[in-house]
Amino acid sequence: MIKVNNLAKSFGTKRAVDGVTFSVERGEVLGFLGPNGAGKSTTMRMITGFIPPSSGSVTVGGYDVVDQAIPARRLIGYLPENAPAYTDMTVYGFLNFAAEIRGLRGDAKRAAVNKAVETCFLESVLHQSVETLSKGFRHRTCFAQSIIHDPDVLVLDEPTDGLDPNQKHEVRQLIRRMGEKKAIIFSTHILEEVDAACSRAIIIDRGKIVANGTPSELRQKSDYAGAVTVRVSGVGAGAVQQRLSQIPAVKRVVLVKEDAAAVTMRAFPKSEANGTLAVSVAEAVQGWRVEELHTEEGRLDEVFRSITMPDTVTEEKK
Amino acid sequence: MSSWANIKTITKRELGAYFGSPLAYVFIVIFLLLCGFFTFMVGRFFQRGEASLVNPFFDWHPWFYLFLVPAVGMRLWAEERRVGTIELLLTMPITAWQAIVGKFLASWLFLALALALTFPVWWTVNYLGDPDNGVILCGYVGSWLMAGAYLAISCITSAMTRTQVVSFIVSLVICLFLILAGYPPVVNMLQGWAAPWLVNIITSFSVITHFEGFQRGVLDSRDVLFFLSIIVFSLFTTSAILRGHRAG
Repeated sequence: MIKVNNLAKSFGTKRAVDGVTFSVERGEVLGFLGPNGAGKSTTMRMITGFIPPSSGSVTVGGYDVVDQAIPARRLIGYLPENAPAYTDMTVYGFLNFAAEIRGLRGDAKRAAVNKAVETCFLESVLHQSVETLSKGFRHRTCFAQSIIHDPDVLVLDEPTDGLDPNQKHEVRQLIRRMGEKKAIIFSTHILEEVDAACSRAIIIDRGKIVANGTPSELRQKSDYAGAVTVRVSGVGAGAVQQRLSQIPAVKRVVLVKEDAAAVTMRAFPKSEANGTLAVSVAEAVQGWRVEELHTEEGRLDEVFRSITMPDTVTEEKK
Repeated sequence: MSSWANIKTITKRELGAYFGSPLAYVFIVIFLLLCGFFTFMVGRFFQRGEASLVNPFFDWHPWFYLFLVPAVGMRLWAEERRVGTIELLLTMPITAWQAIVGKFLASWLFLALALALTFPVWWTVNYLGDPDNGVILCGYVGSWLMAGAYLAISCITSAMTRTQVVSFIVSLVICLFLILAGYPPVVNMLQGWAAPWLVNIITSFSVITHFEGFQRGVLDSRDVLFFLSIIVFSLFTTSAILRGHRAG
């Protein structure tokens, strides 16, 4: 549905987006990750046709967003950053306007507004002025606007920003549910959201895509991926370390925590270990009182940091 | 959907926004008070003993509009940019041109309403005497066109900035130039040192020069064209400015 081809945007001498290529199909939810100022919002603004690209192209449903802007925009629902809404209107008036400008009239309009109100839990503030709404309600009002015409493509710029944990959970569920039938792209810098809602994630840094894959693929890039953590009581740290180090597939062993009750150690595999490390570790610690043993899945935050800030991560390791 | 339907939707929203805020009512009250005060007190309507609205009423309009129209137009784009709703508006399935025309029309209709509410003045002059209502109608049409020209200039200045006050001041200065270029004391001064052809060019830019014909009841196509071309040119400039912002 969305095809982004070698997209670039410069503001003066600054290259905000630098040759980004990806595509999103129907049924996919693409998480767009990156540090602040990485070019996420600029990319989304180009996809929705708000700003023209310096070079490259975007097509939505086969329509070029610059040359065939109107048919392309009909397919898109857009939630801009900071969720702007006309402060001088009521929620109901605003949604009516959004429905009308999308070409809905009469019963179709009423049905669309009602459905959006229901989906976004706006009944209680329906006749309140947007100006007097709390941030969460204002956010949901703008979100309601973006889904009012049941678009095939949703572009959401930080859809959970400023919401409380319950609302965040609701919105993630909603995105995941709608993602079954639509092509959705949403930006965030909250990493749990990737797991909670995305079928695929892209990490963008300084205008370039630095990683692209499913959440578990991304996690594989983590040093932690495949490492085995074991918690043993009744023996000293030195003894545990010695036994673990003797396993051929282990690259290095790190002491995570040692207290009066138990010792927690983590063994990192060599690249050829292939996920069988847990068995070897379990054999190695036989005879001891094992309280916990598990394989690490890899951590997105660590992947994110090592990709977007490689210098700091290496320094910490030293 | 036709482009007219889009324009209508935008216009409806904008008009709703005017009447949803106190601005509309404050504006109308001030405009009517000014009209009444200047027509009956300063313009000495009763002492003149003429059944006409030319001098006592319409003469003041270029000056009222100087302050009031930039106040109506200043929020059109500045507010959209400040709040960020411009990003919503310009990613809707409408062209920027439709949004520009829709917003302009809303404000222009609002000014038409304010102007129409001066009907007691018209009613008074008809009660007291037997004026030529064709001339008066012509004056109203000219006044509305002039307001439209000011408004279109305010659209430009509003699109240039996020700050309404800046927009107000800049458009006031531009409109002041359009008035002064044909204001008799200034024209007399110019004639003292400038060549006649230069004076002619300068005065031809003035709203006063072009409004004069309407006041006398002469509907000259050149005057109509003058105001309409200011409007079209200004709206076109507005669209260029908006496109410039987005191109970065």
